[in-house]
Amino acid sequence: MSTSAMSTSDRIAKIIADTPVVLFMKGVPAAPQCGFSAGVVKVLDALGVPYEGINVLADPFLREGIKEFSDWPTIPQLYVKGEFVGGCDIVREMYESGELQTLVAPASAG
Amino acid sequence: MPMDGPEIEQRIQTAFPDAKVVIVDLAGDGDHWAARVTSEAFRGKSRVQQHKLVYAAIGTELGGDLHALALQTFLPAD
Repeated sequence: MSTSAMSTSDRIAKIIADTPVVLFMKGVPAAPQCGFSAGVVKVLDALGVPYEGINVLADPFLREGIKEFSDWPTIPQLYVKGEFVGGCDIVREMYESGELQTLVAPASAG
Repeated sequence: MPMDGPEIEQRIQTAFPDAKVVIVDLAGDGDHWAARVTSEAFRGKSRVQQHKLVYAAIGTELGGDLHALALQTFLPAD
């Protein structure tokens, strides 16, 4: 099935299943268009892990769909290993406490 | 019309009567707010669950009329 034929929630489910660290954001990592998105990009760049930034401004269905999917009212939204982590505040708190580093560390075998 | 600080504070306080709520106008423009909320209601809950409780208390304006709320949630110190 082509991605265009999938429902928005199926598309989101596929994105977070396929991508270990994915950020739904306004703008792209090289040029965030919102201070909160920029804040999470900064944290992810500091972590040095590969991640994908999905620009919700380029897709109105995704922009509304991700809020419903996560039951979370705002963007940015970070997913790690298929789990919703939070927005900018939580990401920053977890980075400062070291929890985020543990979370994004490559899963050990098994 | 942006939501003002006292309105945000009141909605949180109504939902969490025991809460200590501190609201700061981050940019001085009445549209970018920070809230620190301390309540027993957060005990045993993940950060995401804690923030969802506060978002629910504030209502649907968040992400719309209320553009930006930086949120920190805390448990009361024992």
